[in-house]
Amino acid sequence: MDDLIKILKELHPEVDFESCTTLIDDKILDSFDIVTVISEINEEFDVVIPAEEIVPENFNSAKALYALIKKIEDED
Amino acid sequence: MNLTSAEFIITVIVLAVLYYIVPKKAQWPLLLVGSLGFYYVAGRSYKELIAHPSCPPQMIYILVTFVTAFICAYVMGRIDGKAKEYLAANKGTISKEEKKAFKAKAKSRKWAVLLIGLIIALGLLCVTKYTNFVIANINSFLKEGSRIKPLNIIVPAAISYYTFQTCSYVIDVYRGKTEPQKNPFKLLLFVTFFPLLVQGPICRYDDLAPTLFGGHKLEECNISQGLTRIIWGFFKKMVVANRLAPVVIALAADTNSYRGTFVFILMLFYAFDLYCDFTGGIDITIGIARVFGINVAENFNLPYFSKNIKEYWNHWHITMGTWFTDYIFYPVSVCGPMLKLSKWSREHLGQKVGKRVTVYLSSLLVWFTTGLWHGAAWNFIVWGLMNYVVIMISQELEPLYAKFHSKVKIKNTIGYGIFEIVRTILLMSMIRMFDVYRNVPLTFKMVGTMFTKVNLRIFTDGSLLNIGLTKPDYIVLLASFAIILTVSIIKARKGYVFKKETFAVRHFLLAVLLIAIVVFGAYGVGYDSTQFIYNQF
Repeated sequence: MDDLIKILKELHPEVDFESCTTLIDDKILDSFDIVTVISEINEEFDVVIPAEEIVPENFNSAKALYALIKKIEDED
Repeated sequence: MNLTSAEFIITVIVLAVLYYIVPKKAQWPLLLVGSLGFYYVAGRSYKELIAHPSCPPQMIYILVTFVTAFICAYVMGRIDGKAKEYLAANKGTISKEEKKAFKAKAKSRKWAVLLIGLIIALGLLCVTKYTNFVIANINSFLKEGSRIKPLNIIVPAAISYYTFQTCSYVIDVYRGKTEPQKNPFKLLLFVTFFPLLVQGPICRYDDLAPTLFGGHKLEECNISQGLTRIIWGFFKKMVVANRLAPVVIALAADTNSYRGTFVFILMLFYAFDLYCDFTGGIDITIGIARVFGINVAENFNLPYFSKNIKEYWNHWHITMGTWFTDYIFYPVSVCGPMLKLSKWSREHLGQKVGKRVTVYLSSLLVWFTTGLWHGAAWNFIVWGLMNYVVIMISQELEPLYAKFHSKVKIKNTIGYGIFEIVRTILLMSMIRMFDVYRNVPLTFKMVGTMFTKVNLRIFTDGSLLNIGLTKPDYIVLLASFAIILTVSIIKARKGYVFKKETFAVRHFLLAVLLIAIVVFGAYGVGYDSTQFIYNQF
């Protein structure tokens, strides 16, 4: 989880990613950020997040995103 | 057929009356019959029939798109269903690896079906819309006598809209987000729902289906809200867009007389014209759907209050933007080769540049296709690429902006906010000049004259009264601008317009608007040519 927070913090240092649950709803992360995060996750976790998983529920919080990474890891 | 034509209005009224007379179960079939009738009439005009007698009726294209989508979704649903059955039956008996391999096989079969569906649907769009553009470009390199003959083909009405809408349905079924529609007639209604065939919005199946197929009883709120949107749309279209459209055409046509500051005037006129034309048309579309109790996605959210181009594109033609993001930008950005490229770029070009490669390449593809979607012409492609360039430059300048704002504390002042809004409007309006002149070198030349041949005398010497607008026209336009701006400010502050006002106040204001449309609407011979601008895309 710490590695993921680090990736997100690099994009938006001003955001409290531990507690924020409206990253997409409040337009904190835009499409450019999402693609950058996915690319970083691929690099850091060796996990490929497919396009169909790019939905607000998976990206609204760091916790939800981390759960998605774990789910994909488990499936692999 | 024009949304503001008498035939269209009468058709909608008759259909709405029948809609609430027939049993609820018969409402969506009635809409289907109405939609097919509308497309049949609107899809092929008498003029086109004479010009292209050998062309197949446009109805064939929309039906092929629908049949393809239905079969593909059905087959993908069967593959999914069988896979679930197999996995449930063998739960506990097959290993994790076997389960994974089975899922991968099912997914690759679905992918093949999706690919066939997309090739057919997008193939029809490309062949009808872009073949002659490609031929014309090839011919520009060939000598007289060896040139290829253009195809005798008509671009089917609304093909860009219904193809995108249908593709989104098929892709969502592939992704497991949408259940395949088992009733072909319901899917046919989704593809052909008539208000959307004029100029969108490009709706998603899951958003539209619940209210499109559900029965509706006659409710005052639906009729009242629907009529409010329709009247508001008519006001923008009839009073402003129809008044400005002939002037825009005239100013753009005579490039010798109208240069310099006239180009600036043309730029502002077109910005106001397009806004009222497109948002007005969408208001009418959403209003008509509302009268039938159907919720259609919003396509605008105060775009001219945006503080930068990126924000503008999140608020203008929203359904097209989200379509490109969801079905082109994301899949391309996160596909295997792109992730490999990203990795390679980081290793060879450094972290800073490497991180940007994916986003920049995918965005380039998105803006190229966005331009192409608007029309088979270089001016639209260049228009798309100009948007791309401006967005990327502002993206790159963001750290610089942040540095500036950390030193100069003006970001949250009203003055700076207004500056950002005006800057965005002017920048967007300037890029849109490619749409006005429809010729890339000419656009650059004419926009250049705006800065090199400044002639402020045209504001005082009566020139602006000789371009097709009289003093009363200017008064009507200024008053309309004030009304639209006031409504927009109210919406921006409260999030809604017309909610807490009493029934009497609301209907009084609507009656005033209706009278304004009748009295100040631009009708007649000079205005007949003003179809909806986005109808041609």
